[in-house]
Amino acid sequence: MAGAGGRAPLGLRRWLSSAAPAPRVCVVGSGPAGFYTAQHILKHHGGALVDIYEKLPVPFGLVRFGVAPDHPEVKNVTNTFTQTARSGRCGFYGNVTVGRDVTVPELQRAYHAVVLSYGAEDNRVLGIPGENLPGVYSARAFVGWYNGLPENQDLKPDLSCETALILGHGNVALDIARILLSPLQLLRKTDITDSSLAALACSKVKRVWLVGRRGPLQVAFTIKELREMINLPGARAVLDPADFTGLESAVKDASRPRKRLTELMIKTALEKPVEMQAAAAGAAAPREWGLKFQRSPQEVLPSADGRRARGVRMALTRLEGLGDSAKAIPTGDVEELECGLVLSSIGYRSLPLDPAVPFDSQRGVIPNSSGRVEGVPGLYCSGWVKRGPTGVIITTMNDSFDTAQSLLEDLQGGVLDLSPSREGFGLVESILHSRGVRPVSFSDWEKIDAAEVARGKAAGKPREKIVDPAEMLRIIGH
Amino acid sequence: MAAPGPARLLRAAAASSRRWLFSSTSPAAGPRPGCSGAAAAARAARPFSLSARAVLSSEDKITVHFINRDGDKLTAKGKPGDSLLDVVVNNNLDIDGFGACEGTLACSTCHLIFEDHIFEKLDAITDEEMDMLDLAYGLTETSRLGCQICLKKSMNDMTVRVPEAVADVRQSVDMSKNS
Ligand SMILES: Cc1cc2nc3c(=O)[nH]c(=O)nc-3n(C[C@H](O)[C@H](O)[C@H](O)COP(=O)(O)OP(=O)(O)OC[C@H]3O[C@@H](n4cnc5c(N)ncnc54)[C@H](O)[C@@H]3O)c2cc1C
Ligand SMILES: NC(=O)c1ccc[n+]([C@@H]2O[C@H](COP(=O)([O-])OP(=O)(O)OC[C@H]3O[C@@H](n4cnc5c(N)ncnc54)[C@H](OP(=O)(O)O)[C@@H]3O)[C@@H](O)[C@H]2O)c1
Ligand code: FES
Repeated sequence: MAGAGGRAPLGLRRWLSSAAPAPRVCVVGSGPAGFYTAQHILKHHGGALVDIYEKLPVPFGLVRFGVAPDHPEVKNVTNTFTQTARSGRCGFYGNVTVGRDVTVPELQRAYHAVVLSYGAEDNRVLGIPGENLPGVYSARAFVGWYNGLPENQDLKPDLSCETALILGHGNVALDIARILLSPLQLLRKTDITDSSLAALACSKVKRVWLVGRRGPLQVAFTIKELREMINLPGARAVLDPADFTGLESAVKDASRPRKRLTELMIKTALEKPVEMQAAAAGAAAPREWGLKFQRSPQEVLPSADGRRARGVRMALTRLEGLGDSAKAIPTGDVEELECGLVLSSIGYRSLPLDPAVPFDSQRGVIPNSSGRVEGVPGLYCSGWVKRGPTGVIITTMNDSFDTAQSLLEDLQGGVLDLSPSREGFGLVESILHSRGVRPVSFSDWEKIDAAEVARGKAAGKPREKIVDPAEMLRIIGH
Repeated sequence: MAAPGPARLLRAAAASSRRWLFSSTSPAAGPRPGCSGAAAAARAARPFSLSARAVLSSEDKITVHFINRDGDKLTAKGKPGDSLLDVVVNNNLDIDGFGACEGTLACSTCHLIFEDHIFEKLDAITDEEMDMLDLAYGLTETSRLGCQICLKKSMNDMTVRVPEAVADVRQSVDMSKNS
């Protein structure tokens, strides 16, 4: 049952009666983790002041730069984030890279508590020969490119081949497959950047293989995204029924999500090609996509002149163990898959931020318990940097509430010492000023936002993202 | 066991702000209300037209009790055809994180657990709702997504439960009355 009801918060009384200084909290990163942590603290502590620092001039992290342009409904969460930012007790300071422009120890001197919510800015690497050949891109860079992330605007992926291979069976892999195969008129109405739309208009890619090292029972993507791919107009799913033999009974006792996901794959695999073609409005679908299983990438193969990728050699695998924990063991057999474009979608990765912050480089997270950074009182973490780079926004929301809860407990229990009053942004501002850094406020962002929406309107898009930070700063007169 | 505890409603927070947003912005995809007719029209025309409102006497209203995560009981009323998300938003019910995607079947934060006898009579669930529900926390046999459930007279006085968010039941702290 819903348990944790009403223990009389003793700390509360003390708070009300004393003129204790307001706790000043700093949050690093303005993605869902940063905003949900701030929201929870502000809501459950009527006196707390929260400042959010963000590296980019614009807020919202992966909601702006990760979530696919054809998923506008997911971005509705920014409405709630905007309300949080507009609260009188919340500050937003964009264009400030923590660890470079201001250090974590400096933030600790300015605030009673610091929450690290800076996400996962890098990606895992395969560590195989040929990975750096032209024609091979990380999913992270590709997503950043079509979503207008400034650092990826020079990617200019080569889309002149017919077959693309996506390594990995996660939702990011499906996002990319969908963007590569979506009819242009669908993308045109989204906030995808103009330049990537132009590049996709010239794309020759008509076949996309998504390749996983384990089997259908271990795919990491979710059913909504798979169904969307199956229903994509003008694209045909190619699934090999042999891959699914016997799985119906294997999932009988699996959890409902796993069972439904597997059943949808089986149903799609068994659908007769004839029916499929009839369904594809007359003509045979010109584009197709498929899932390949139990293939672990071994080497990206160079073209004859050695100048670009021409395919990937895969080690075939067998599975040891059952369910989620099954391991892919190479059988010794290999297979070469021809393709001109390789997208490595095997996960994001967090980086250490500051020598003052412990970091578990093995797991790529800040070691913590319930968001309290191990060994550093007053330091907290939330989101992907706390948990690792998996989970949808609701997962991130829950773990951010959990971290906020820990912080509130520490305030209540007196673990966080409020007796030295802290200056908050006042102190940070002078540090930034001395280093020539000019932060972007939330109302500055709202001007950039308005400019983007206005540019988009002319083209019938929800917005045309500005991709050059210098241009953003010009708009706000910096 | 739902001991009283301090009131934890900070009215200015999420729900009320969302209401403001509903009437002033039009999200790109527009909400896809699960309920047809009245609710959709009301949503589009929010704030409600007075005439439509006037014809509803208080007897036509349906009372719903929500058991919040902390065990607190929140009671609110809605019109037939309103979705449970509408009820939460229109009444500024303070449920953490509820309705993040504003009813567009893209988040599962509106997950609610129903009483058996009510659950059995709910309209059939669509594949799309089930797909999203599969991602919800603390899924039960009588779970549904609140933004897809529309009020009917027969639901009057029903109780729905907000599932636990985090796996471990933690003591939640509330210091919202400090200032
Ligand atoms: C491609 C992709 C698509 C996704 N699509 C969906 C979806 O459709 N639905 C869904 O529910 N979930 C989706 N997710 C998952 C969701 O985006 C994550 O759960 C969530 O964004 C994680 O939140 P976060 O705040 O931890 O990280 P982020 O969102 O990455 O936020 C971190 C923020 O910190 C900032 N930052 C980094 N370093 C510093 C620094 N040194 N100083 C200051 N600021 C810094 C970053 O610029 C960024 O704004 C998707 C993820 C990806 C990768
Ligand atoms: N629409 C949405 O809701 C949406 C969209 C995008 C992203 N997201 C979320 O964002 C999170 C991140 O997504 P993601 O796709 O980046 O990560 P992910 O879900 O963790 O998937 C990573 C994939 O890469 C594979 N992989 C990892 N290392 C590999 C290696 N060395 N060789 C071959 N394959 C390897 C994994 O296979 P193994 O299982 O074998 O390790 C897995 O299939 C996920 O939680 C996702 O659900 C959600
Ligand atoms: S509000 Fe997002 S799914 Fe119901």
